[in-house]
Amino acid sequence: MKTVIRSREFWLAAIVAVMVIATNLRAPGFAATDKLAGIFNDTAMLMILALGQMAVILTRSIDLSMASNLALTGMIVALINAAFPAIPIPALMLFACLCGLALGAFNGILIWLLNIPAIVVTLGTLTIYRGIIFLIAGGQWVNADKLSPAFVQYTRIEFLGLPALSWYAIIVAIAFFILMTRTSLGRAIYAVGVNPTASVYAGIDVGRTKFATFLISGLLSGFCGYLWVSRYVIGSVEVAKGYELTIIAACVIGGISISGGVGTVAGALLGALFLGVINSALPVINVSPFWQMAISGAAIILAVVLNARGEKRGSRLILREAEATS
Amino acid sequence: MTDLAHATRHIPDRLDSPARAALYSWPTLLLIVGIVLFIVNSLASPYFLSPWSLSDATFNFTEKAIIALAMALLIIAGEIDLSVASIIALASTAMGVALQFGVGVPGLVVIGILTGLLCGIFNGFLVTGLGLPSIVVTIGTMSFFRGISYIVLGDQAFKGYPPGFDYFGQGYVWWVVSFEFALFLLFALLYYVLLHHTNFGRQVFTIGNNPVAARFSGVRVERVKFILFCLTGLMSGIAAVLLTSRLASTRPSIAVGWELEVVTMVVLGGVSILGGSGTIQGVVIAAFIMGLVTFGLGLLNVPGIVMSIFIGALLICVIALPIIWSRTRRRATR
Repeated sequence: MKTVIRSREFWLAAIVAVMVIATNLRAPGFAATDKLAGIFNDTAMLMILALGQMAVILTRSIDLSMASNLALTGMIVALINAAFPAIPIPALMLFACLCGLALGAFNGILIWLLNIPAIVVTLGTLTIYRGIIFLIAGGQWVNADKLSPAFVQYTRIEFLGLPALSWYAIIVAIAFFILMTRTSLGRAIYAVGVNPTASVYAGIDVGRTKFATFLISGLLSGFCGYLWVSRYVIGSVEVAKGYELTIIAACVIGGISISGGVGTVAGALLGALFLGVINSALPVINVSPFWQMAISGAAIILAVVLNARGEKRGSRLILREAEATS
Repeated sequence: MTDLAHATRHIPDRLDSPARAALYSWPTLLLIVGIVLFIVNSLASPYFLSPWSLSDATFNFTEKAIIALAMALLIIAGEIDLSVASIIALASTAMGVALQFGVGVPGLVVIGILTGLLCGIFNGFLVTGLGLPSIVVTIGTMSFFRGISYIVLGDQAFKGYPPGFDYFGQGYVWWVVSFEFALFLLFALLYYVLLHHTNFGRQVFTIGNNPVAARFSGVRVERVKFILFCLTGLMSGIAAVLLTSRLASTRPSIAVGWELEVVTMVVLGGVSILGGSGTIQGVVIAAFIMGLVTFGLGLLNVPGIVMSIFIGALLICVIALPIIWSRTRRRATR
């Protein structure tokens, strides 16, 4: 019990709860069950993406190409659906996952086999993937009238009172929890982040583990590519532009350390939820939506400051990094 | 294929001669890429080889390149600043607010540059004063700085900058040499001397290679890093003055996405993203290459988004090809 109260996830959950209650005082009805379910549904994609990013960040890498991967995959499935409406949507979803997986594998191979830093590779593919959208779509948008009704429905069907989109996030979160805490890959991901050199001695292939995390982030980005186009009923070059940094922000607020090895599934989910609650609360309490960016920026800075206070190992960190790069 | 395998460094028995080393160096490779691009461009479009169109070509990269000079030092020292584009937005907004109070041209310039410097000090304090990782801090300040611009401006824009203010972004010093471009060349020279011919520059490299050893050698690591963040903020403030003057307006979405272009420029220039190595010459040539690619493709009516594919591919290829090449060479000699 003591460890639960001292964990940062507990405090983050408490902060999110306080935010919801405080908003409810200003604007009664905000904390109604259906409203909260709506916020959860709005945040579902950010949660899925933050989990993928978390796996990558845990191994001391970063994936800046997630939003571009999402937009490209989304455009591909939207074009396929517009051209062949007869293809069943589950097949299309599977295809979106594979497509994202392939894009993630491209990142991963460059990082694994050529040992190029992840930030450089994904900075490159960030622009490449988004550029390809323009090429394959010829600068066109895919609008609601071109998409089949089933394509749009698959994120909206309600089951036990929650839309399908929310269920996808729940399923991914459970799968991720099992992956990170109950499998050898999950162990390896943490080990590589905590100490790459020791991981090698423990028989873990550092490069291959990083490759695996990029497969995961790619797969989830691709899946969200379908979800995004289905949810917002639009495929264009501008889809999710700049969203890569929101995903990282969710991870940072969730307490996932950018220097690797520290972070939990619950943290990533709560980090995403934190941003989701802010986004929904601001209009309700009559704050101009233009405040949203500065507030989430301040939240990130505050979260980093608190993380550092909580960890208290500044000097050891430098030595550890020096050891890893030598 | 493990980290340990990469940890053992290949140490040659005899060093290459200086001439040979210069020939195989990164700036030389970049220069060749640049010259090839230049020739291809001039063959592809008849409008390319004219002094005025080449002069126009400089406008779309000088502001980014001015920031890239300071960013290069920061990345060599093992840190990064992703908030530079947002600093431009905030500095430009500050100038716009000052304009509403009737501040004159010199005052506007001072306010723009000072805002940039203050933002740099803020970043520097968070990173060195509180010991936080710069990549996350500057992702935070990136939202924060631009967020303030959005709070001030919303969906509005500041316009009506006074006459005389347009000189910084649109004026010419001599014939086709714009003020921006001349300023960039001056800064390139200053940063070259600073990085490669002063004690301070040495310390930057030392910190990037090994911060612990640097501290034991008496280098004030935190102070040097703090100065570098201030410099990057200062250069972003200067870029904000140039860009605001060139566009003659301020919107909160000004310079969106520039941070990644600036980092691309620096990395393309041969600065190791892990810190510890890089040259100003390389960054300057990389700036020209990016300018050539965008301008040349623009003349051929290639849309901007497609150009970004080229830039991204260039970034990955220029880094991947030497690695593949050196590996095959090492395998051949074995």
